[in-house]
Amino acid sequence: MAAFLQLTGISKKFGGVQALRDVDMTIEQGEVHCLVGENGSGKSTLIKIVSGVQPPEPGGKIVIEGREYASLAPTESTRAGIQVIYQDLSLFPNLTVAENIAVGRHLGGLHLVKWAAIRAAATQAMRRIGIALDLDAKVEDLTIANRQLVAICRAIAADAKLLIMDEPTASLTRTEVNSLLGLVRELKAKGICIVFVSHRLDEVLEVAERVTVLRDGRKVGTFDARDVNDKKLAVLMTGKEFSYDLKSVDLSNKPVVFEVEALTRTGEYDDISFNLRAGEILGITGLLGSGRTELALSLFGMTRPDSGTIRIDGKPVTLKSNQDAIEAGIAYVSEDRLTLGLVLDQSIAANATVTILEKLAGRLGLIDPKDRQIMVDRWVKDLSIKVSDTENQVRTLSGGNQQRVVLAKWMARKPRVLILDSPTVGVDVSAKDGIYEIVKRLAEEGVAVIMISDEIPEVLYHSHRIIVMRSGRFTGMHNPTKTSEHDLMVAVNA
Amino acid sequence: MLEIFMRFRRSHEFWLAMVILLLCIILTVATDSFFTLRNLSDLLTSNAFIGILCAGLIVVLVSGGIDISFTATATVTQYVALTIANAYGATWVTLFLMAGGIGIVLGAINAIFIERFKIHSIIVSIATLNIFYGLLIYFTRGKYIYTLPDFFTTGVNFFEFEYDQIPYSLNLQILLLVGSFLLTWFILNRTNVGRQIYAMGGNPDAAKRLGFSTFRLNLFVYCYMGFIAGVASLAQAQFAQSVAPTVLVGKELDVLAAVVLGGASLSGGVGTVLGTFLGLTLLALLQNGLVLIGVSSYYTQFVTGAVILISVSATALEAARQHRLKRARA
Amino acid sequence: MSTKVSSARGGLQAFLFGTNGSLTALLVSLLIVFTLIIGQKFLSPTTLQSMAFQLPELGILSLAMMITLLKGGLNLSIIATANLCALAMAFCLTRLVPGTEGLTSYALIAVSLAAGFVVALIIGLINGYVIAYLGVSPILATLGTMTLVKGLAIGLTRGNVISGFPEPIVFIGNGTIAGVPFGILVFLACAIPVSIWLSRTPTGNAIYMIGSNEKATRYSGVDTRRVMLKVYVASSLLAAVAAVVMMSRFNSANASYGESYLLVTILAAVLGGVDPFGGAGKVIGLILALVILQVISSAFNLMGLSQFLTLSIWGAILIGATAFALRYRNKQRR
Repeated sequence: MAAFLQLTGISKKFGGVQALRDVDMTIEQGEVHCLVGENGSGKSTLIKIVSGVQPPEPGGKIVIEGREYASLAPTESTRAGIQVIYQDLSLFPNLTVAENIAVGRHLGGLHLVKWAAIRAAATQAMRRIGIALDLDAKVEDLTIANRQLVAICRAIAADAKLLIMDEPTASLTRTEVNSLLGLVRELKAKGICIVFVSHRLDEVLEVAERVTVLRDGRKVGTFDARDVNDKKLAVLMTGKEFSYDLKSVDLSNKPVVFEVEALTRTGEYDDISFNLRAGEILGITGLLGSGRTELALSLFGMTRPDSGTIRIDGKPVTLKSNQDAIEAGIAYVSEDRLTLGLVLDQSIAANATVTILEKLAGRLGLIDPKDRQIMVDRWVKDLSIKVSDTENQVRTLSGGNQQRVVLAKWMARKPRVLILDSPTVGVDVSAKDGIYEIVKRLAEEGVAVIMISDEIPEVLYHSHRIIVMRSGRFTGMHNPTKTSEHDLMVAVNA
Repeated sequence: MLEIFMRFRRSHEFWLAMVILLLCIILTVATDSFFTLRNLSDLLTSNAFIGILCAGLIVVLVSGGIDISFTATATVTQYVALTIANAYGATWVTLFLMAGGIGIVLGAINAIFIERFKIHSIIVSIATLNIFYGLLIYFTRGKYIYTLPDFFTTGVNFFEFEYDQIPYSLNLQILLLVGSFLLTWFILNRTNVGRQIYAMGGNPDAAKRLGFSTFRLNLFVYCYMGFIAGVASLAQAQFAQSVAPTVLVGKELDVLAAVVLGGASLSGGVGTVLGTFLGLTLLALLQNGLVLIGVSSYYTQFVTGAVILISVSATALEAARQHRLKRARA
Repeated sequence: MSTKVSSARGGLQAFLFGTNGSLTALLVSLLIVFTLIIGQKFLSPTTLQSMAFQLPELGILSLAMMITLLKGGLNLSIIATANLCALAMAFCLTRLVPGTEGLTSYALIAVSLAAGFVVALIIGLINGYVIAYLGVSPILATLGTMTLVKGLAIGLTRGNVISGFPEPIVFIGNGTIAGVPFGILVFLACAIPVSIWLSRTPTGNAIYMIGSNEKATRYSGVDTRRVMLKVYVASSLLAAVAAVVMMSRFNSANASYGESYLLVTILAAVLGGVDPFGGAGKVIGLILALVILQVISSAFNLMGLSQFLTLSIWGAILIGATAFALRYRNKQRR
């Protein structure tokens, strides 16, 4: 079979940074190909070159169905049948499903809108992949999974021959991922090539035929999907071996600091009870929509449970707001670091001290800049945050260092209970260990930790006990030394 | 059909329409003079200037931008066009070509600053408001123009008829008001450019990725606003029978109030021509109604402010309630 | 060693191209150009004094606008608030004070001024409640209160002027202490506390955080709604201070004084480096911007040029300065 797309010797420099170095890649006709790599490995740059957003350095060669290009213009890329579905889907929330799918018909000079043609094109695209959404529904009213279908339909309507999907499974539930993978098989059967860019490897390996791994802008290699698994890929992506040993720790002599009894909030979670000892790390895992984040938000006082009790040191507490929760010694690291965890446009120092502003204020309620700096420097050193200047915007840091700033601002409060929601999302594989180390150290210092994650190895290798959540309920308690990734996977997806 | 109605019932426009209907019923019952041809004709004529500008501003808001400079643009177009008409003579056609053309040029200046220098439209339009207005007053020394071309003073009166011995007609103001709303509706809903403007307002990054020319779209949007300002300025000058360069600037927030009351969002992509018209109608009816039922005209602005404040608060509370309901259902 | 040198150079460069540096450079070049054109008269004590008389009104109103901009909001009702407060004070002053003497007179003046501040407090609480607790967008909410408050002022006064104030009030806007106009001292008495409030207090720190990302700040345990309420109350109270200066300078109060100031306050703040969408800006930048605007205005006045030409130059400088700042920032990012 001939190749649909052949890239030879692709390089790209941004300023002094070599984002891509001499990368070759081939996409065969009708192939499902997976592209993996850490943040900054050059994945997105490669996509941008293929979609024509960025030109490669001279010397590279792009061949699409036998036609050779030195670089592509966005329109050339589209005309050749290359469609990219970005992680944010690039849909228009205020327009209807039909308009979003057939948006290409809005382009061009001044002409009248042919509504009938738009509806026909949208219907046809949906029929091709066997779905039927309401044509007149606004995209903002759809679920994330349905929005993704609209984005796929838009690519189909634009005669896609190669569909590049950037992190398509990141915000889908398992059922939704399954139907997406089913859809991918169907598209493949119709002769459309698919490139998956993903970090949730286990899922994608189910449908992919080949995997290309990038590291630091270089290609590590292309592998047959049957020959690799996610552990092997992690090693290829990072160049490091990871091994965790599980030790059983006896915490029965430690006091119970945090108790939750029959906590219920209708439509979110139901009859949740557990207790937590000082120094204990409790893993909670479950799928998106299982109620894990909703539970965390209530424990942090952001939402009010309908019934049930929360006790700290045996005393019942009512959390009217997250200020109450923080006052009671509870800290919460959100899964959404970029919009809820940090204020990206403000400085590292400002973010690290936001939780203790009132405490920093001295005489006359004024904050002494020197005191503030001492505090900031202490946490930067303590958590080994790599910064050149603490007055720089937090945005300038890498994912791992950003997460350390989040941890710093909570450690400044000396919390009794630390709730971590997906603490290593968007953190490079090689930087994850650093975060785990900090969590472990905090627990040893006596903080009770709740670690919520949908990455099973994360909870398995870093908690003392694991609770599985499904449809808003706790379905079982597991001991990490007596269970396995496979068993937990089964429990989560049951 | 039923579904379309149900969708409409949940919309902002539905609630506005209900409030307006209620207001109309109250005013019709409470006063003899409200539901008369005389009053309705006056209502349309006197609100034409603000109304026509609303038809332009909705396009800007939908595109995701904002314009504050249109009152200055209108001042310039009206002054220059009518000065030239006085000096060299003009017809309706050349007069509108001049006013519209100058408006388009000033709009293009806004668009170029916004797109080429990447400055946000609110900063640009605050600056150009001062630049256009300041320069006009500087060069004209703020002199009023009281003598206008005869044909302009007479105005247009189509379908003249008498009713109860009062002459009525379709005058210039009403024609332009209706015309600009129809034109805006047509552009936003029936042309691909209009749909691109909605798309750009809804998700500017996606619009760029899909190959929309945002420069051309913004050029269109701000030139259209300028054109509409030119049209509105002639309606106003004909109504006032003079050109007063200092009275228009300062009315920009009245126009903005009507458009946002009509449901347009300042973050772009949201807003309809019908909603804008209803927002305008509500404010106009309030002012008119208060006078008719004998509230001192000194208090109309107070009541208008109260209505704006209550309506935006109610909208925000309703949005929060919908949000809660959505979660409870999920 | 070499890194130290380069960082020092970077610091100088950052200052020159940063907001305050480029504003200072602009100010100095304007002073030189105007002195060359106008001559000695431009830098004479009389000119400087007249500048100092004119600056405070716009200055205090700009502070009132600035703090709401920093929070990521806007307050369109500052002028209307100032006028209603001035009317409330003027009403009390003209009813209570005449015929009294000595301490009683001063006490009644204080009571009258307090009346104005109570009005400001109420308006600030309404704005703050509607914006922070009901979640209405600031531009809509303050557009509403602007119309409401101005409407109330018109309704109560039927558009009439209240004038004729006791000597101490007239002094505030027109008197001097050792040649320094008292008004400028009032301005500094607002600007310095506001500056300290913004940079050194928990609330001030929170304002910048909220301006960049309200939700993330709330998740960090800051009572953001309370902070926002405080901002609108402070903005209103500053408008009341401006009201005192304004009514003193005009020796009268009216429902529609100073309306042209509204957009100019935003212009001044943005020129001074305040991000119109919140999160960045300093009082010192605003002061530089105000001085630049005042210098242009005074120089044009001395050259016999229209005040309206000043308006256009202000607009042009706003666009020029913003374009320059953006270009520098983009260059730095690259």
